Amino acid sequence: MIEEIKKVLILGSGALKIGEAGEFDYSGSQALKAIKEEGIETVLINPNIATVQTSEGVADRVYFLPVTPFFVEKVIAKERPDGILLAFGGQTALNCGVVLYQSGVLEKYNVRVLGTPVQAIMDTEDRELFVQRLDEIGVKTIKSEAVETIEDARRAAREVGYPVIVRAAYALGGLGSGFCDNEEELNVLVEKAFSFSPQVLVEKSLKGWKEVEYEVVRDRFDNCITVCNMENFDPLGIHTGESIVIAPSQTLSNTDYHKLRSLAIRIIRHIGIVGECNVQYAYDPESEDYRVIEVNARLSRSSALASKATGYPLAFVAAKLGLGYGLFDLKNSVTKTTSAFFEPALDYVVCKIPRWDLGKFHGVDRELGSSMKSVGEVMAIGRTFEEAIQKGLRMIGQGMHGFVENKELVIPDIDKALHEPTDRRIFVISKAFRAGYTVDQIHELTMIDRWFLQKLYGIMQTSKELHAYDLKGVNRWRLDPQLIRLAKRQGFSDFQIARAIGLDDDLEKGMMLVRQYRKEHDILPVVKQIDTLAAEYPAKTNYLYLTYNGTENDIDYERDHRSIIVLGSGAYRIGSSVEFDWCGVQALNTIRKEGWRGVMINYNPETVSTDYDMCDRLYFDELTFERVMDIIDLETPHGVIVSTGGQIPNNLAMRLDEQHVNILGTSAKSIDNAEDRDKFSAMLDRIGVDQPEWSALTSMDDINAFVRKVGFPVLVRPSYVLSGAAMNVCSNQEELERFLKLAANVSQKHPVVVSQFIEHAKEVEMDAVADKGEIIMYAISEHIEFAGVHSGDATIQFPAQKLYVETVRRIKRISKQIAKELNISGPFNIQYLAKGNEIKVIECNLRASRSFPFVSKVLKINFIELATRVMLGLPVEKPNKNEFDLDYVGIKASQFSFNRLQKADPVLGVDMASTGEVGCLGDDVSEAVLTSMLAVGQRIPEKNILLSTGTPKQKVAMLDAAKLLADKGYRLFATGGTYRFLQENNIPCSLVYWPSEEGKTPQALSMLHERKIDLVVNIPRDLSAGELTNGYKIRRAAIDLNIPLITNARLASAFIKAFCTMSMDDIHIKSWQEY
Amino acid sequence: MIKDMRNRKKAILILEDGSQFEGWSFGAEKEVAGEVVFNTAMTGYPESLTDPSYAGQLMVLTYPLVGNYGVPPFTIMDNGLPVYMESEKIHVEAMIVSDYSEEYSHWNACESLESWLVREGIPGVTGIDTRALTKKIRERGVMMGRVVFEGVDKGQWEMENYGDINYVDRVSCKEIIIYENNASRSFPVDTPVDEINCQLSIDNCQSRKRVVLLDCGVKANIIRSLLNRNLTVVRVPWNYDFNGLDYDGLFLSNGPGDPDTCEAAVRNIREALQGDRPICGICMGNQLLAKAGGATIYKLKYGHRSHNQPVRMVGTERCFITSQNHGYAVDEKTLGADWEPLFVNMNDGTNEGIRHRTKPFFSSQFHPEACGGPLDTDFIFDKFTALL
Repeated sequence: MIEEIKKVLILGSGALKIGEAGEFDYSGSQALKAIKEEGIETVLINPNIATVQTSEGVADRVYFLPVTPFFVEKVIAKERPDGILLAFGGQTALNCGVVLYQSGVLEKYNVRVLGTPVQAIMDTEDRELFVQRLDEIGVKTIKSEAVETIEDARRAAREVGYPVIVRAAYALGGLGSGFCDNEEELNVLVEKAFSFSPQVLVEKSLKGWKEVEYEVVRDRFDNCITVCNMENFDPLGIHTGESIVIAPSQTLSNTDYHKLRSLAIRIIRHIGIVGECNVQYAYDPESEDYRVIEVNARLSRSSALASKATGYPLAFVAAKLGLGYGLFDLKNSVTKTTSAFFEPALDYVVCKIPRWDLGKFHGVDRELGSSMKSVGEVMAIGRTFEEAIQKGLRMIGQGMHGFVENKELVIPDIDKALHEPTDRRIFVISKAFRAGYTVDQIHELTMIDRWFLQKLYGIMQTSKELHAYDLKGVNRWRLDPQLIRLAKRQGFSDFQIARAIGLDDDLEKGMMLVRQYRKEHDILPVVKQIDTLAAEYPAKTNYLYLTYNGTENDIDYERDHRSIIVLGSGAYRIGSSVEFDWCGVQALNTIRKEGWRGVMINYNPETVSTDYDMCDRLYFDELTFERVMDIIDLETPHGVIVSTGGQIPNNLAMRLDEQHVNILGTSAKSIDNAEDRDKFSAMLDRIGVDQPEWSALTSMDDINAFVRKVGFPVLVRPSYVLSGAAMNVCSNQEELERFLKLAANVSQKHPVVVSQFIEHAKEVEMDAVADKGEIIMYAISEHIEFAGVHSGDATIQFPAQKLYVETVRRIKRISKQIAKELNISGPFNIQYLAKGNEIKVIECNLRASRSFPFVSKVLKINFIELATRVMLGLPVEKPNKNEFDLDYVGIKASQFSFNRLQKADPVLGVDMASTGEVGCLGDDVSEAVLTSMLAVGQRIPEKNILLSTGTPKQKVAMLDAAKLLADKGYRLFATGGTYRFLQENNIPCSLVYWPSEEGKTPQALSMLHERKIDLVVNIPRDLSAGELTNGYKIRRAAIDLNIPLITNARLASAFIKAFCTMSMDDIHIKSWQEY
Repeated sequence: MIKDMRNRKKAILILEDGSQFEGWSFGAEKEVAGEVVFNTAMTGYPESLTDPSYAGQLMVLTYPLVGNYGVPPFTIMDNGLPVYMESEKIHVEAMIVSDYSEEYSHWNACESLESWLVREGIPGVTGIDTRALTKKIRERGVMMGRVVFEGVDKGQWEMENYGDINYVDRVSCKEIIIYENNASRSFPVDTPVDEINCQLSIDNCQSRKRVVLLDCGVKANIIRSLLNRNLTVVRVPWNYDFNGLDYDGLFLSNGPGDPDTCEAAVRNIREALQGDRPICGICMGNQLLAKAGGATIYKLKYGHRSHNQPVRMVGTERCFITSQNHGYAVDEKTLGADWEPLFVNMNDGTNEGIRHRTKPFFSSQFHPEACGGPLDTDFIFDKFTALL
């Protein structure tokens, strides 16, 4: 270890976004643990307040500040750390670190970069340097040659070998590019390409090559190991974050495996990594030819996956290596006796599947390609490939039950859907098999290795055999137990079996029948440990999974009823991410502190809750009713906590209760009373609490009658969605009819819920903990935006800043009534509308909400710890501190990933669109707003601002802000209506034209393209998104050109006020601990 | 039709302690017996199956999915060595796995694992909880076991003790074979030494170094590794007295079974130790060298069979991931004063190699030739070659 290191700064990755998500909470948390146990002081910069790494007791000091060179330098100047770790906060931290190094800041403050040197990082980040460095050791990379004549093109093609890709240089949108298998095709294509551009790029085509990754570790003594390799199910061409990934590789022979492994070690040595990196290869399916795609000189999503897949704590070890340890100094933290210098041997297979949420966005391109769109992922473990992939397909939580027995997909052209992959391709393969396609046909269309397809085909065969049993009216004892055993070994759920054998009248009952049948025939899963060494050495590991491919449990259960099972939150998705991981971890901590055995069930490899040392037993397995019951049968727990993992566990409450499982805290019946719209509404009526009027309607006439009563706008929620998002606000008859005709199917079977939509109302959140119906702690926070922006997208201030005392009083009173009526014991959240002093309840969740970590950390009272103590039946005293004592304010701002979602309309509405959030503190609202907006990637504009501010009301709302901007010397540009409005109000501005006003200049769009605009404020006129409107074009251009964009008048005003009244230098560099 | 557990014959592994594991047959239906050992490697079944060190053993693979990439062709080079395999045939007695892959996919595969096993008359059992089996072996130590098939009389337990059999003698070559480049020549063992030396002197003129390879059950890649370094290899049977040969270096190969059954080899090596010509050994070779140097060998509870064994070069910060396959180890405490440990296993502290304090004699318990496994210790061959 390096002796002189006394204090270390770690950079986090900020808000979760597509491509940079929860995996960096996991890696940062492990790094902090590794450093802390050396007695070194730790300082963390990460504005992501919902993370575990920013919790009490993890780092010594936490700064909720943007991870940008400006702020990091200020923290360095204040804290004067001896060392800095750049590899644990994703690309954000790495980029920031490189800038600090290049600008001499690190040298100036004498901060040593621990682990991989910055030069090595730059060698891997800069494409040209990278190719050059690998050339030095004769390692092949993907290169393209620029040529200017057809002769040179032919020569280049011969050199790299056919097939090749030809691309016209400088041509947008792939004009003039294509594949050539031979010189004849090349001649034709190159000629065409030269007509677009004087220069043509010739590159070897690796279409259909396998994609394989290795995770490599090196210490400063040059000792290297590869912890894991992984093979993509989808061949090259689909971003690895978008691919189904299998570990270890399945179709590589020993020669293949070790050829790539040796290369990876040569590369890491030559580049000089100290710590961890990953090497991605393209590998020829017809020979041993390969190309290195890229090297990530940092912890990555893949390394998080590799850690969970093998049990090897990559981030922990990488941090230790950064401190100067050798791998030989460290122990395998699973066996505790063997060395950390080893390569895990797996005796199972894992399967990662991405989770997409493309359905949430209007207009988004569903086709998968070289950029990442998925928002989360799951990892499934099995002892057959079939078992792992079917588990995984259930885990992604999009209503699928596995590879087969799903709701029929409507695919007009199967060939096309196989050939042009979308987020649903795996299910298209299922459909194709069902339609009679052969493995070879599907292989031709997808280039997916036949081995994977054959396994999937085997699942289909079993499904067909099951279908042959038409059990309706036939004695189910005629089933062949061996067939059921085979199906279970292939990962079929009881639900799938029930559906396949025709028990679909009542599938819930059907699956219970299958379960009973299984138990009678002793077809039961067994528990296996993940121990890193395939049972070679004894290990006391708590890292477990269930499988039907085995006969013996690895665990001897105590059967002492001292286990408490916490159900995790599953895949990160829009609406449920790291905040619920934080909740789960806090619950586990409390359970263990109080002397119970904490048991976690979760399957998200990006989480901290799935670190095996966070609990006494971790089941890395499904959160389905079936699997949770299997685990309950084994664990015989004291009880189960369903309220800290978001909606997935919450939805299981009733069914677990029916099986007499002890649900800790609020009863399942109460949960149902809050979840069921009718029951909840009836209860509110009974206790005299107001709510927006709503009705579930089954015909257009009824809908029209309802709208006549409450007036436009209305919120429409179909129960059966045809396309697009599930909810919409309709402002007039035309919109209503169009939405219902296009997007929803109104019928007796599929009612539509229509609610009154109250405009210009404030939205207020109550996060609280109650004990037997009595509130013991609460936090009231206020949205900056008016109601209509989903609470997950809204900017939230806590404590509430502008609520009337009377409003607060009423909210408290109503919350008390509801808590009492539902006899709540545990966490809950109620959302309110406030207009004047009128209060209406929108929604009530008897579980922890998204904002629990935010309010807990701002208030410095751990709501989940309190709630867990309540659920454990322990005495809980009301904390004698509340939000009114705070002399600072916290702002929670949302992070959007529209830049990753091509063509999606970057506008906010009633459906959530953000992928992450930050929470920043300030002495006043402006400071907290400015810091948090900078932390989600907004920038203070230099000079020019483009305004188009929507409806007259919104224009008025923006008037003060516009005045501030003008006074501050900003140059304002405005489109027609906004221009006239500003003129009338004596605010100087210049007129620009909408895209539809063709021929007139200056055009707003061209100003954006010419980078003349530093900030775009574009307020849509109403809340129905989509369509290729003027507004869409401006908004989309801002996103594509990386120009800051704000689409909400109230948020824009708050941000403008903040940066007009203070500068970045005015932001206090204060740690959380100093507030 | 896809084969699955419903249309395969039931096969049962019965262990010495009476415990039984039921699975399904995917190889030859032939009752066999042997020492049950587990291997934790995740790839490399063609290499392991043809590794002579597995003679007399039932190999359990802990990685559950086996057969995925089929079997490469049994191509033989001009010098008689197989291109993809480690010897001329399968040496394991039987193969036991959890999930045999009915279908395979690889450009270089020419048949399925099943068809190969059937062709060579080797039983394969799938559907076994290999993790449970491995834990049993780990706790109880390696055991004898046998594979029987449904409908066959389970009969009496009749079997020789693994340690009593000289497996080396069974797998070692029966002739003297001289390899040069891509050619080889064979001579009967009773060929006069002078005649062999005469053959070798031609090479000497071409300044090609000559290495005597004591074949205790050598893996082909040891020979390939020596040939790749431009050496002439004189492969001799395990009990052949090579001391009269004109050679530049001695290489002691890997091999199966108990080294205590190989006294003849030890005697010959001890004589060679009197000289100064370089000696290198691998696995069994390490044990024989140690025995010749006076050390004793003991049997490990369940051996090391995997591709992920960490070893450290004693007294340095250099560590290596190695491929291993051995059930016996050198007792370091019994090494003579002239000897010292060269490598140590970082997991359990057992000896992984020795060296002479003054003379160019050294050996490794692990397999630098890999096949299968990591290639990180290939430098052992370079070091040996440089000493010649």
